[in-house]
Amino acid sequence: MNIRSVFFILGKIILLVGLLMLVPVAVALIYREAIWLTYLAVAASTIAIGAICSQLKKKKLTIRAREGIAIAGLVWMLVSFFGALPFYISGEIPSLVDAVFETVSGFTTTGSTILSDIEALSHASLFWRSFTHWIGGMGVLVLGLAILPGDDTQSMHIMRAEVPGPTVGKLVSRIRVTARLLYIIYISLTLLEAVFLLIGGMPLYDSIVTSLATAGTGGFAIKNASIAAYDSAYIDAVITAFMLIFSVNFTLYYMILLGQLKTAIRSEELRWFFGIVVAATVLITINVLPLYSGIFEALRYSSFQVASIISTCGFITANYDLWPTFSQAVLLLLMFIGGCAGSTGGGIKVYRVVVICKTAFANVRRQLFPRSVAPLKHEGKLLDDDIKNGITGYMFTYIAIAAVSVLIISLDNVSFAESFTAMVACLNNIGPGLGKIGAVGNFGDLSILSKIVLIFDMLAGRLEFFPMLAMFYPATWKKG
Amino acid sequence: MFTTIYNNIVSHREAYMKIVIIGAGKIGLSLASCLSQDGNAVTVIDTNPKAVENAVNSYDINGVMGNGVNITVQNDAGVNKSDVLIATTGSDEINMLCCLIAKKLGVKRTVARIRDPEYSRQFILMLDMMGLDFAVNPELESASEMARLLRYPTAISLDTFAKGRVDLAEMIINEDSLLDGVKISELPRVLDNIRLLVCAIQRGDEVIIPNGNSVIKAGDKIHITAGHEQLAAFFNKIGAYTKKLRRVLIIGGGRIAYYLARRLQDSGMTVKIVEKDEKRCLELSEMLPKAEIIHGDGTDQSLLSEIGFSQYDACVAATGIDEENIIISMFAKHCNMSKIITKVSKSTMMDMLQSVGIDTVISPRQMTENLILSYVRALKNTEGSSVITLHKVVDGRVEALEFRVSENSAVVNTPIFELQLKKNLLISCIIRGNNIIIPGGRDVILPGDNVIVTTSNEQLSDLDDILK
Repeated sequence: MNIRSVFFILGKIILLVGLLMLVPVAVALIYREAIWLTYLAVAASTIAIGAICSQLKKKKLTIRAREGIAIAGLVWMLVSFFGALPFYISGEIPSLVDAVFETVSGFTTTGSTILSDIEALSHASLFWRSFTHWIGGMGVLVLGLAILPGDDTQSMHIMRAEVPGPTVGKLVSRIRVTARLLYIIYISLTLLEAVFLLIGGMPLYDSIVTSLATAGTGGFAIKNASIAAYDSAYIDAVITAFMLIFSVNFTLYYMILLGQLKTAIRSEELRWFFGIVVAATVLITINVLPLYSGIFEALRYSSFQVASIISTCGFITANYDLWPTFSQAVLLLLMFIGGCAGSTGGGIKVYRVVVICKTAFANVRRQLFPRSVAPLKHEGKLLDDDIKNGITGYMFTYIAIAAVSVLIISLDNVSFAESFTAMVACLNNIGPGLGKIGAVGNFGDLSILSKIVLIFDMLAGRLEFFPMLAMFYPATWKKG
Repeated sequence: MFTTIYNNIVSHREAYMKIVIIGAGKIGLSLASCLSQDGNAVTVIDTNPKAVENAVNSYDINGVMGNGVNITVQNDAGVNKSDVLIATTGSDEINMLCCLIAKKLGVKRTVARIRDPEYSRQFILMLDMMGLDFAVNPELESASEMARLLRYPTAISLDTFAKGRVDLAEMIINEDSLLDGVKISELPRVLDNIRLLVCAIQRGDEVIIPNGNSVIKAGDKIHITAGHEQLAAFFNKIGAYTKKLRRVLIIGGGRIAYYLARRLQDSGMTVKIVEKDEKRCLELSEMLPKAEIIHGDGTDQSLLSEIGFSQYDACVAATGIDEENIIISMFAKHCNMSKIITKVSKSTMMDMLQSVGIDTVISPRQMTENLILSYVRALKNTEGSSVITLHKVVDGRVEALEFRVSENSAVVNTPIFELQLKKNLLISCIIRGNNIIIPGGRDVILPGDNVIVTTSNEQLSDLDDILK
């Protein structure tokens, strides 16, 4: 690995995050909160460290696959650390591990919180929490590619390490332009949601912060009761719609902008995604009907919760811990599926789930008709062996990390459902689990060890494992 | 509204083009790399998924997997909205078909690699019929360069500008050379005012774009620009103008041999071709009635001594296998043949070859690349002072570009010493009408001139780019 090149990119990204940290400074100044000084100090030192690192440039920048992976892993860890400092220094979150947990949960768009009283935080900190969702949703490296100057020839390796999904498609041939287009779509949709929420009577600050959290499919709310605090069917509907919108592959929006609406709608992954959403909503609505006063109310809460879980957002309008076990089981299954590839959603991704299901069916068919030739297809194209192998490798890693995590968390001696769903909620970047860590609970009572494991899970889940695992693989750090 | 925003984001450089390259082979990839570094949006199409993946990973380009002849594939690659389509697959017919389809889909310009001599004879007719705007025949271009080199044997490479009126020659300075230890500013005195310009010096791994104080040393490779007569006079003066070559031996009877033999015979040389394949020998003897064709293996020692190998003035090693060509050239060197030309396809071997004394190396691939690159760069800039010819020398590290000067250029009507030129850049020659001016500080560039600029900074697409 070429350490100087890695540090150079690392420095530039850290500098960028330092600049972004100036936004909460502005928010604090607007609300006349004393915390602006903390944010300013942290931002300034982050910028300084970034600037020093980026001075390490070698004559030639070498970014190969391994440098790309190392950059992704290191950037996310460092950025989480710097992002946590304001919480810790200001004393709003007294424990460093808790502060890091909260920030990682923010950047990885998980939305799990250790706070029991969210409303006690300052406006600036609430904004920064949700802003980390927004930055982490599309990715800080992608943002770096979009706006930082530099040579683009080798940037594909960086983009690949950060963008979720088994394959990375470029919208246009230049990677910088691709990154910019992605961010423009992202910003426009975020603003659109904020406008819709404003129309629904949500205060300006709330609607901006909620939009940021929805866009990253994060799920940090600024009320203790999450979205339920607004108790408006209109707001629920808007957020439901935008949660689904942000968990669709962004390539499709680019197609729509180019006027290829038909091709976009024909996307196989999109159809599966909405198929799953509709099916889950119908099942849960029927199941919870006795708890609510009518079909519309049941539909309102079930659709919101389905969208919230499958998009890996994790907003809450109803305490689903009180729902029947069947509904909870459906939600648990949705947790694993997650959004579409190339979106801001987490989880295994619809793409992979569909391919795994197709592989299973193809195997059954091969047993019945050994001579039949039926190769796997997705989106009308033959599936490449590399993609198939990649998905198998991903699943094995997923199961292994999940198993080890559950083992460690279970040392806390909480119920099995809680330790299992804590892992599921973090590894898939969803947010709430079931039980104590469920809709109305938080992660604050877990042990430090469990929190560290969950921090790792969140980062690993967001970066799809390999960048985080590479951090612990000695050969990554070898010179050369 | 979206289109305006889109244009603002996408066209981060003014002279930005959309280019589709069909065939992710060596030439395709090398072109993709150069063109994307120039700031163009490049998409590569290939049937081999591995090749496409490799291309997309290595360069900042897009890739589409599929057959370039397929309309759906071309549409996926956005051919209909592209400026240039370059077809560089291994097959002439596929290349032509790709261009034909692309033209119907609405691409502005098409470029194809076409190698079959049968086709090259009817180029002009076919360019029009097949919707081709520019066709490159690597073997034909290589043969032309080889023929030029055999005319000036002292030069180890020779490129031309201004439709052949100005030469860019590369030569090695020997220990006993007149030029050893001479300052550039003293050259006119040493050479009795022969007008020429040293535009690049290669010393070991280093490339120097010289100024008046640079000193030429033995072992250097120098690149000079000059008119034909001046170049001939120069070679005469430094005593390196050996007797004219008469007898040329070509080993390997491929397309290059055919084109080269025709050219050499036109200038009165006798040509002997050694070819392994009997059928090809018959074809050659039919096409080249005046040449002597030998059926045999060019690496066979007994065959070479049988035909009197060391009696020839020059040897061209042009078999299909790089290693064979190198061995033959080394043997020819051993036999003290006065000129040896080696055809090598792999450009990665250039440095190694120099270390064993093989200096005149022709790579058909490199030639094709240069030609296509200069064509595309010229397209990019129809408003300003456009690139007419581009040659890459010193393993591609130095570019010599010929520009046509437009009226609104920033460099016209100012004496050259007053221009704030970029570093490592030299105005090497001004061609005004029939006059070839080797510029000094007081010379002025006028609109309508052709100007040759040598630079080791890449990415000049307009003459105005030479200014700081």
